[in-house]
Amino acid sequence: MKRYSVFAVAREALRYHTGWERAWRSPEPKRHYDVVIVGAGGHGLATAYYLGKNYGITNVAIIEKGWLGGGNTGRNTTIIRSNYLQDPSAAIYEKARSLYETMSQDLNYNVMFSPRGVIMLAQTEHEIRGYKRTAHANQQQGVQTEWITPERVKEIVPIINLHGPRYPVLGGLWQERGGTARHDAVAWGYARACSDMGMDIIQKCEVTGVRTENGRTVGVDTTKGPIDCDKIGMIVAGNASVLSEMAGFRLPMESVALQAMVSEPIKPCMDVVVMANTVHGYMSQSDKGEMVIGGGTDGFNNYTQRGSFHHIEETVRALVETFPMVSRLKMLRQWGGIVDVTGDRSPIISKTPVQNCFINCGWGTGGFKSIPGSGWAMAELMATGHSPLTEEFSINRFKEGKFIDESVAAGVAH
Amino acid sequence: MLILECPYCGVKAEETELAAGGEAHLKRFGPGSSDDEFHDYLFMRENPKGVHFERWRHANGCGKWFHAARCTTTLEVFGTYTAQTSVPTQEIIDKIAAKRPGWTWREFADEQK
Repeated sequence: MKRYSVFAVAREALRYHTGWERAWRSPEPKRHYDVVIVGAGGHGLATAYYLGKNYGITNVAIIEKGWLGGGNTGRNTTIIRSNYLQDPSAAIYEKARSLYETMSQDLNYNVMFSPRGVIMLAQTEHEIRGYKRTAHANQQQGVQTEWITPERVKEIVPIINLHGPRYPVLGGLWQERGGTARHDAVAWGYARACSDMGMDIIQKCEVTGVRTENGRTVGVDTTKGPIDCDKIGMIVAGNASVLSEMAGFRLPMESVALQAMVSEPIKPCMDVVVMANTVHGYMSQSDKGEMVIGGGTDGFNNYTQRGSFHHIEETVRALVETFPMVSRLKMLRQWGGIVDVTGDRSPIISKTPVQNCFINCGWGTGGFKSIPGSGWAMAELMATGHSPLTEEFSINRFKEGKFIDESVAAGVAH
Repeated sequence: MLILECPYCGVKAEETELAAGGEAHLKRFGPGSSDDEFHDYLFMRENPKGVHFERWRHANGCGKWFHAARCTTTLEVFGTYTAQTSVPTQEIIDKIAAKRPGWTWREFADEQK
């Protein structure tokens, strides 16, 4: 792999940019791999990357039904934060956030991580108590967050309306080191690094069956023929239930649509991420100037990657009352993604009833921010059979009653 | 926009008038059931890509719970039916079978054998 650098740019400038190579290879699948990762989204690619980097396992195939990073990795609102209440969540999300800080250098790929700060607005008495509690918990966990007053909120976000028609802004939970990153670049950067380590990224190849013998996985059937492997990692977000059924077990999971949209590009007006969970909207400004806006999930099962219209209306209403200046903005695009939601709104990173078959799913509405941490932990679990970061996220926690209840702590918007 | 006809009051209601209640026909086992059975009842879901039976409440209408059969990949609604049943009615199964030849539903298929 030719490294990207200022010298590479200068060199290519002198020869009409004829020397750039493809960021990753597109090989045909081999007959056997040590590890097959199903799903070339952020989490799948990150898992493969850390399998190679941390454990030297490079005979790996990453199989993708569509195109690389074309699922939720390319559909989220790119927010990165780790201000969770429960210890296991704070640990893995903080691991992820800290890995984002050095990711561009690590991958030699600019993921445009921008630690611009994230505010979660408190707009009811209940939220004030909840966020103060989270701030205290974060202090214990070593996650840097603080409770800030409405005046400080206004200082950080001049365009905000503190005295909204329905809910006033009563303060906020401020994580200064949270922010955003370019979501496609995260997938592309990992893909380039994986390909460089000799891993095969196989796109437009759908898994049609998971083969097992005596309760252990031996391979997968795909639209490009059967592939044998010693270990499988299923990292397919909204389609996790479909894949687990192929392997013969069920999941405590439901798939629903989550929507987002972007406005036309405007001049810089807000240099932080603001989440308003009571009225339910969240917004940041991309480097292109578009306001990136996240909405709500539908209440019913859905695999269509498009959501209900009335949720767009709710989101827009929330934003107009929080940021009156956006009322004149035109929306450029609106889309949906299929998120996999568990009973306690926390992910599953776990061994499964099938031996040598591992699953990483259930990130629900909060997957992007956790990509590097999730990949790091999943790789550790797959390589060594044990990972301290994933211990509490086992599939068995529902049976044992050891929930990681973030549905209240994190608010609805992840 | 999702539109379901309430089988009780006959109103064709769009989704802001309704509240989704998740997967239907979950079987709750009685006293003496195993931990596994109770766990499955509480947490495990079919989450199918295709035909899905689900509970809805006509929340901003007559307030009653009912059942609906819907496709999660096309958003097609096959029909709604009464809540006073623990398995889908034959009528709704026939409707689905007519539109999805060869369709089987794992658990119901087993039960109806």
